[in-house]
Amino acid sequence: MTDSTASRPTPSLGGGSRSAALIAKGLARRRAAEKRFRAYGLVAILLALGFLILLLGTIFGNGYSAFSQTHMRLNIEFAQDILDPDGTGDPKILAQGDYQALAKAALRKAFPDVKTRREKRSLYQLVSGDAAYELQRMVLADPSLVGQTRAVWLTASDEIDMLQKGNVATDQPESQRRIKDNELAWVTALDKQGAIERKFNTRFFTGGDSRDPEIAGVWGAVVGSFFTLTVTLVLAFPLGVMAALYLEEFAPKNRWTNLVEVNINNLAAVPSIVFGLLGLAVFLNFLHLPRSAPIVGGIVLALMTLPTVIIAARASLQAVPPSIREAALGIGASKLQTVTDHVLPLAMPGVLTGTIIGMARALGESAPLLMIGMVAFIVDIPKSPFDPATVLPVQVYLWADSPERAFLERTSAAIIVLLAFLIVMNLSAIILRKKFERRW
Amino acid sequence: MTQHMELKTFVAPPTMEKPPEIALRNAPETKMAARDLNVFYGDKQALFDVALDIRSRQVTSLIGPSGCGKSTFIRCLNRMNDVIDICRVEGSITLDGADVYDPAIDPVQLRALVGMVFQKPNPFPKSIYENVAYGPRLHGLARDREELDEIVTTSLKKAGLFEEVKDRLDEPGTGLSGGQQQRLCIARAIAVSPEVILMDEPCSALDPIATARIEELIDEIRENFSIVIVTHSMQQAARVSQRTAFFHLGTLVEVGDTADIFTNPRDQRTQDYITGRFG
Repeated sequence: MTDSTASRPTPSLGGGSRSAALIAKGLARRRAAEKRFRAYGLVAILLALGFLILLLGTIFGNGYSAFSQTHMRLNIEFAQDILDPDGTGDPKILAQGDYQALAKAALRKAFPDVKTRREKRSLYQLVSGDAAYELQRMVLADPSLVGQTRAVWLTASDEIDMLQKGNVATDQPESQRRIKDNELAWVTALDKQGAIERKFNTRFFTGGDSRDPEIAGVWGAVVGSFFTLTVTLVLAFPLGVMAALYLEEFAPKNRWTNLVEVNINNLAAVPSIVFGLLGLAVFLNFLHLPRSAPIVGGIVLALMTLPTVIIAARASLQAVPPSIREAALGIGASKLQTVTDHVLPLAMPGVLTGTIIGMARALGESAPLLMIGMVAFIVDIPKSPFDPATVLPVQVYLWADSPERAFLERTSAAIIVLLAFLIVMNLSAIILRKKFERRW
Repeated sequence: MTQHMELKTFVAPPTMEKPPEIALRNAPETKMAARDLNVFYGDKQALFDVALDIRSRQVTSLIGPSGCGKSTFIRCLNRMNDVIDICRVEGSITLDGADVYDPAIDPVQLRALVGMVFQKPNPFPKSIYENVAYGPRLHGLARDREELDEIVTTSLKKAGLFEEVKDRLDEPGTGLSGGQQQRLCIARAIAVSPEVILMDEPCSALDPIATARIEELIDEIRENFSIVIVTHSMQQAARVSQRTAFFHLGTLVEVGDTADIFTNPRDQRTQDYITGRFG
């Protein structure tokens, strides 16, 4: 569209006066400069968009497969003599049964020609180490299973899972892969019987961390992140808004408030790990708060977020037109009434935006949390901010550090969960902000 | 710079210019009175020994070129200058004989009695109803919702806005036209039943029709209030006010009945200003 106007001869105005001619001469150059500038901007946007797509594409490409998990159907005989030889039906005795033996027996039955100890051991490796617990849970939920034989879907081991997801190069010589030829043959045989299937991996979303990738889940980290961020929000938001209100509306403008202001700006630029060191020294070693707990993580992240919230809140308080303050003061509102009735509500959208930015940064932060022990391997889902926990970015870091191939996809999947958490958080904040903005 | 200073001392010897009717100190109709008022912004002096009476049930207009101190003066009357850190006020201002700068006086109380309308219409970003109801609610003037409704309705009626907005009281005040917004601001000021209303160039952001409405309105409500209006338009001063005070370079040059000031100014500077020779 710009081309068509450029190619047309420029109609001359001004009847050929000298300045009109000069202006006409410069026009083409000006127009070209403008076009060039726009092109630069467009290129910048496209480049950024390209990288974003590349990044998200890689993460999703690597991670989506973790949302399904290979399961294996075995005919389990819930043998009375193994689980409950006396026939008591007492859950305590049932809980102590040797469920591992049930799974092993079922595997032996499925492949009767496996004889050597060595081969048997690799046969047993087909199912996850968690299979015994899965069977135990089944029996405890339904004790009448004892004595029956049932077809049961058990979680396959991570090696089999990887094989099914095509992550094992079967064309390599046997010595160079972890899955040997005999194992391949067993899996193929099971697959032919329809006894191998990929199911949605609920475990990943509901379970805690584990050393076994096939049963490792992010829920513990999600809950840890939730508790940590709740503590952060509860501390940083009111403190930040109060500090900003005082500095902006009530504090005398003198050397001391200037000093405070400069230092708040400095704090916003302090590397986050320094806050972790502070948390370690003050909250753990001096105040003896629980180690690895979201409460401490939340306090540390609140300290880190506070300057961001204060700066954003002050900026949006400053942006409230003085005419509103004058209007309120002019009909006899006190300073506090002016602030709470008019200035703060008008500044609220901006305050919330700043808080979102701070919270998003806190959500993605791992360095300060490493210092206060939130990097520990924690299987249990935390029940309160005082329980040991880890957070999503630290979970990503932990899994990325693990050698098993299956943790690779789980790392990406945890990043997807982290991004989803971020989106949910920002979305709710945007909705909240819109609600405030609707009050004109 | 020095030239400017000389000029200032030349044109404004502070003692010479006291208007003659100061002899009638605290005459019965005097509502507010300023005496020996000096105002400083940091090191800069903005007002020099101003002495001026504001009379009850009259409109007093303050005229003068830009930067002459009329806005500074009007903002002293309800202590709006308090919010400016570097502003310092010396001398006395009384409301019904009581010093408004007495430390025991709370500016909140003063501003309820001396309301203000600003240059740019500044309704709150709330509903029309809330705009008017805010003041009465703040000061606890209404015992119940009914009484508050009554105050809002009467205030809007007095401000000549009720007929236009009665069906949309819950719509935002900021959605009204400029002139309506300014009348809403007047209604808001009236709602706390002040005794004095200060207007700082209330029409400078309005078109001529809206200005005419505001002027009519001022004329209607002056029976119940003392009104002080700062204006740049001498026609407006002539139309709406009974008394006019002319400020120049921080001093009060001349004050008197509007008719006298415009037809028979005593001071040369006043004459120059109203005939458009400077300003």
